[in-house]
Amino acid sequence: MEVQIVAETVELEVRRLDFSYAGNIHALKKINLSVYKNSVTALIGPSGCGKTTMLRCFNRMHDLYPGNKYEGEIMFQGKNILADGTDHINLRSRIGMVFQKPTPFPMSIFDNIAYGLKLKGITKRSNLSEKVERALHHSALWDEVKDKLHASAYELSGGQQQRLVIARALAVNPEVLLFDEPTSALDPISTAKIEELTETLKKEVTIVIVTHNMQQAARISDWTGFLMLGELIEYDRTDKIFTAPSEKLTEDYVTGRFG
Amino acid sequence: MSIFDDELQQLKEKILKMGSLVEDAIKNSIHALVNRDNTLAVKVIDNDKIVNMLDVEIDEESIRLIALRQPKASDLRFITTAMKITTDLERMGDLAVNIAERALELNEEPLLKPYIDIPKMRAIAQGMTRDALDAFVRKDKQLATDVIMRDDEVDDLRDAILRELAFFMVQDPTTVTRAMKITFIAQYLERIADHATNLAEMVIYLIEGKIIRHTFPHAEKQ
Repeated sequence: MEVQIVAETVELEVRRLDFSYAGNIHALKKINLSVYKNSVTALIGPSGCGKTTMLRCFNRMHDLYPGNKYEGEIMFQGKNILADGTDHINLRSRIGMVFQKPTPFPMSIFDNIAYGLKLKGITKRSNLSEKVERALHHSALWDEVKDKLHASAYELSGGQQQRLVIARALAVNPEVLLFDEPTSALDPISTAKIEELTETLKKEVTIVIVTHNMQQAARISDWTGFLMLGELIEYDRTDKIFTAPSEKLTEDYVTGRFG
Repeated sequence: MSIFDDELQQLKEKILKMGSLVEDAIKNSIHALVNRDNTLAVKVIDNDKIVNMLDVEIDEESIRLIALRQPKASDLRFITTAMKITTDLERMGDLAVNIAERALELNEEPLLKPYIDIPKMRAIAQGMTRDALDAFVRKDKQLATDVIMRDDEVDDLRDAILRELAFFMVQDPTTVTRAMKITFIAQYLERIADHATNLAEMVIYLIEGKIIRHTFPHAEKQ
C-alpha cells in the first residue's frame, strides 16, 4: 500500500477561543483547533453545542450584534482576526459564508456575482464577464444558467440558488468558505451536487462546514470536530471519528446513543 | 434499549450460536475419530448445514444493518467484525466436516496407532475457538491476545505428528493411506487454530479499532 504523506498547512489556528453572547451566555470554552488548508473540516454536535457560534467567529459575524465578547485568538495568515482593528468587510471577502437558506440578492444571476466584484472596484464589462463565468464554472452552475444570465436569481431552484450563492462568494477569491448547514433546506439531488462541489472546491479554498447531518460530515469532510456544551470534545481525521473515536462522548454521539 | 441495539444483540446471539455449533463440530469430529463413532461423524457432517445457513443469515443481516442504519464507530466495527467472523467460522465448520469424513474412512480400517497428539491439538484448537468467542462477547483484549499466542503450540504439535507419521510410512508402506489421512487431520486442526487466531485478531479490532493482522511475531513463521 502506498502511503501518501502530505504536509498539512494550517489555514486557521484557533487558540484558547472563548466566546460569550451578550448577557454572559458562555457559548465557547477554551477551544483549540487547527483548520488545515485545502481540506474540509466539519463541526458536529447536538443543537446548542456551539458549532454555528464557532463558525461565525471565523468571519466576525458576531460583531453585527452588540455585546458579544471574544477571548483567545484565531490566527489567519499570521494575524489574529479577533484583534481590534480587523477590517471586517475585507475579512468577510476572504472568509466567505454560505447560509442554510439560499440568500440570492433580488437582481439578475449575473449581477448577483458581479456585485462583490464591483465593490472591489472591478467595473470593466469584459473583466466582470470573465470572472462571473469563472465563478459559475467553479460552482458547477454554468451549464444550467449560461443562457439566462440576466434572468432574476429568484427563478432558480433552491439548489441552484445555493450554488449561485457559492459562486458569489467564490467570485471575490476567498481563501476560506464557511458553510452553515448549506444543504438542510435542499432536496437530496441538490444536496448531492453541493456535496460533490465541496470535493472540487477544496482544491482552491479551505472549507469549514457545520452540519446536523452526520452522514454528510462523514461523506465530505477530511477533519471532524465534535462539540458539546461549548467544548471541543474531540477533533481528528473524519475516518477516525466515525470508525474509532477516542472519546466516549463522541462514540455515544456518532452512534446515536446520546442523552 | 433502541430497536437498533436490539438488532445488534440479535446479530451477536446468532454469531454465538454459530460459534458454539462450530466448537461442537470440532470436538465431535475428533471424538468420532478417537472413539470410532460413525454416527457422531455423520452428525457433524449434517450439522454443517445449520452453520452454513447461519453464515448466510449473519451476512444478510449485517448488510441490511449497514444499508438501513449507517452504523458508526463501535457499531460499525461490530458489524464488519461480524461479517468477517462468520466467514472464518464457516471455514472452521467445513474443516470439522473434513475431519469427520476422514474419520469415517479411517474407522473402516484397523487402528494405525492410538491417537495421542491429535486429541491434544483438538483441545487447544477448540479452546482457542471458545476463548476467541468469549473474548468477543466480553470485549476482553487480554483473552484475545492469549488466543493468538496459543497458535504456536498447535503448530508445534502438527509438526510432531507429521514427523511421527513420516516414520510410520517409511517403515511400512502399507500404512501410507492411513498415515496420510491422519496427516490431513492434523493439517485441518492446524487450519482451525489459524482461523481461531483470525477471530481473536478481529476481536482486538472490535475493541481497539486497530487492525493487528500480520503484525504478531508468530505470523512471520508461517
